[in-house]
Amino acid sequence: MDNKPESKHLLEMRGLRIEGQSGEEWLEIVKGIDLTLDRGQMLGLIGESGAGKSTIGLAAMGFARPGCRFSGGEILFDGVDLRELRRKDRRSLRGVRIAYVAQSAAASFNPAHRLIDQFSEIPVEHGISSKSEAEADAIDLFTRLKMPFPDVIGFRYPHQVSGGQLQRAMTAMALSCRPDLIIFDEPTTALDVTTQIEVLVTIRDVVKQFNTAAIYITHDLAVVAQMSDKIIVLRYGEKVEEAETRVMLSDPKQDYTKSLWAVRSFTKSSKPPEHEQVPLMRVEHVTAAYGKDVILKDISFDIHRGQTVAVVGESGSGKSTTARVITGLLPPLQGSVFFDGVPLPADYRKRSKDQLRQAQMIYQMADTAVNPRHKIRDIIGRPLSFYLGLGGAKLEQRIRELLDMIELDPDVFIDRYPGELSGGQKQRVCIARALAAEPKFIICDEVTSALDQLVAEGILKLLDRLQQEFNLAYMFITHDLATVRAIADRVVVMLQGEIVEQGSKDTVFSPPHHEYTNLLLSSVPEMDPDWLDNMLKSKVDSPDIVRSSDIIR
Amino acid sequence: MQKILNMVAQRLTLGLLVLFVVSIIIFLGVELLPGDLAEAMLGQSATEETLAAFRKELKLDLPMHTRYLEWLFNILQGDFGKSLANGREISELIETRLSNTLFLALFSAFIAVPLSLTLGVLAAMYRNTFYDRTVNILTLSSISFPEFFIAYILIFVFSINLGWMPSLSNVSPETPLGERLFVSLMPALTLTLVVMAHMMRMTRAAIINLLASPYIEMANLKGLSRARVILRHALPNAWAPIINVVVINLAYLIVGVVIVEVVFVYPGLGQLIVDSVQNRDIPVVQACSLIFAATYILLNLTADILSIISNPRLLHPR
Repeated sequence: MDNKPESKHLLEMRGLRIEGQSGEEWLEIVKGIDLTLDRGQMLGLIGESGAGKSTIGLAAMGFARPGCRFSGGEILFDGVDLRELRRKDRRSLRGVRIAYVAQSAAASFNPAHRLIDQFSEIPVEHGISSKSEAEADAIDLFTRLKMPFPDVIGFRYPHQVSGGQLQRAMTAMALSCRPDLIIFDEPTTALDVTTQIEVLVTIRDVVKQFNTAAIYITHDLAVVAQMSDKIIVLRYGEKVEEAETRVMLSDPKQDYTKSLWAVRSFTKSSKPPEHEQVPLMRVEHVTAAYGKDVILKDISFDIHRGQTVAVVGESGSGKSTTARVITGLLPPLQGSVFFDGVPLPADYRKRSKDQLRQAQMIYQMADTAVNPRHKIRDIIGRPLSFYLGLGGAKLEQRIRELLDMIELDPDVFIDRYPGELSGGQKQRVCIARALAAEPKFIICDEVTSALDQLVAEGILKLLDRLQQEFNLAYMFITHDLATVRAIADRVVVMLQGEIVEQGSKDTVFSPPHHEYTNLLLSSVPEMDPDWLDNMLKSKVDSPDIVRSSDIIR
Repeated sequence: MQKILNMVAQRLTLGLLVLFVVSIIIFLGVELLPGDLAEAMLGQSATEETLAAFRKELKLDLPMHTRYLEWLFNILQGDFGKSLANGREISELIETRLSNTLFLALFSAFIAVPLSLTLGVLAAMYRNTFYDRTVNILTLSSISFPEFFIAYILIFVFSINLGWMPSLSNVSPETPLGERLFVSLMPALTLTLVVMAHMMRMTRAAIINLLASPYIEMANLKGLSRARVILRHALPNAWAPIINVVVINLAYLIVGVVIVEVVFVYPGLGQLIVDSVQNRDIPVVQACSLIFAATYILLNLTADILSIISNPRLLHPR
């Protein structure tokens, strides 16, 4: 290139502004961001959802999502302003010099094509190599990223490969043209802790091996601590703080950063364990299957009044299936569920209204668990009129009480639609809906996993308060051990449809552990930037525990 | 593969069942008409004795279910009975007419399907541009006019004003292929204009529907060209709705051609059914209805199967 590079950095953003369309208006969502990145460096972008992390990440490729537009500033990549480039020239950079790894590999791979075709498409379409060269390279990269069966895995379709493997395949795909810069957009958020480690290690190795620069976008502080050289904290499209990782962790300057760091310290008010004769909910020798696939094998555990039982395990371990058996959505093959000593009919259609009322459910995705065309009034009012037969002024009054209980102002929210609420507020509405039935028992299925840490903490505090007030029992399904530490009284650890360990939180969390519990515990990233290195070292020292799949069988 | 075969077999059985029910409805529908065949044929001046004798000859004196079963078994053996109007074998009568109708439908499909798919893909690629709007307005107007109107406009322009094309599309089994194509071009064009909007708009909508998917964003971030993003990444996932609309329109090309055939005096099945209704030639009407129903069911079955097969999850199980 003839004109002298204006910037000595690989990537430099100067006063970047991006607007997003909201109805007729354009609102600024990124408000003047400056950042620099050099070769071989990894920059962590963290913040809550809506902070503009992904928008900035995509801007580094000169890409604005539909409904967004650049409104000011410069994006200098290797000295060239991406905003000034012609469409065609920008396109020739994408995939070749700047690559992208998306949050959900399962959704970002095209379901209609084999992995290797999606891999080789980049070098072939950009005229860098032939199809056969690209395929050979793909297999080489799959091998270097330690994917199982590297020779054949590429010839599978996305739905035939597990989430963790897909995420690695996507990292491999990003490397297909050996780019100078890779944007990792929450690459492990959708993965289990044990799988997350494998992917994190892969990404770190890649950046080292190929001397690539990277932007790592996440809301998980502990993850970013392992990965990046420096961190930028974002909020509402503005930079809150920027520092070297170690400095940022040990000495955060801004209040907002400190509050992020403090989130993980929540623990619920402890109370003496209750010992009653008859547990509120008893699951006894339950075996359940979808068709011929046996998902649960001889599961038994009790839940007592006012207690929180956390059910932990990786995806596919049968946590949610247990919930489906308890609620009667999936009648078990064997075993039964007792409520207050009385066996519940296996099929929810055969349960009485009162039996249904006693066990309520809160889901992971508040977005899809509420009808977008119902007002909050109708969403919370429905169980009130269905189970309790309330109507008229009484109904209105009760809805208002419930909204007060979940700390949403009734005057403001009662006539709103779910679309006008934030994720955390929607989850609160779901809690109010569950409470409306006046149950004794609530199943919380990953209720905080889709939320930012600050918001999630608010939800956990609310649930804890409600438990105190109404002596509720919770079955808390989660894969997040930090949450378990915060809220559980008892813990049930599941693996491939079996319970491998259960007991009080203190027993399960203090050694000696079952080896799977140990693996889970040791896989949760900690804020210590050396944690991943130490973890890997200890794995080398005791190589017997490497993956969950090695434990059973 | 076993799964797919099972599924096809299952759908096929279901299709046959539907066809069976339809045959009952067609038979009953004719039975419910006031008067019977004998009265219709002999007119009001006929005496009771001649009517009774004629009924006996037509076997109309037998109970309904006996006649239905006989009718059904004959049809299963390819015997549709004899036309009342001219005493010819119906199967013979239908054979040439059906092949004419199929020819016209196929001809129209060869023009309409590729054209509308291309226009639809282009409209999706250049959505909200001048091109997109123009194509949308044109196809929408063409579907909004009644088909006889389009047919007369075409005749007015190409046959009367320009004199390029014949206004009658008379073909016989002896007509050579080239001439056959030439004379049926106008009806084919009319049909094309009628069915195009539906297919083109579904193609456009099905593709645009997918453009917000993460894998399309990924394709863009891989630096692929717009054409490749649409053709390689969106289209393969949009086949299911497109196939369904295409097939419904193909069925329409066979079943719904009555008006166009009448306007152009094209000797197809539609013409035959219109003539037979006028002549009260009820066995022919029944036979045509059954053929139309079978066509519809068969094509819908094809659509079902094709759109299920276009799903890679089924074709390549875990």
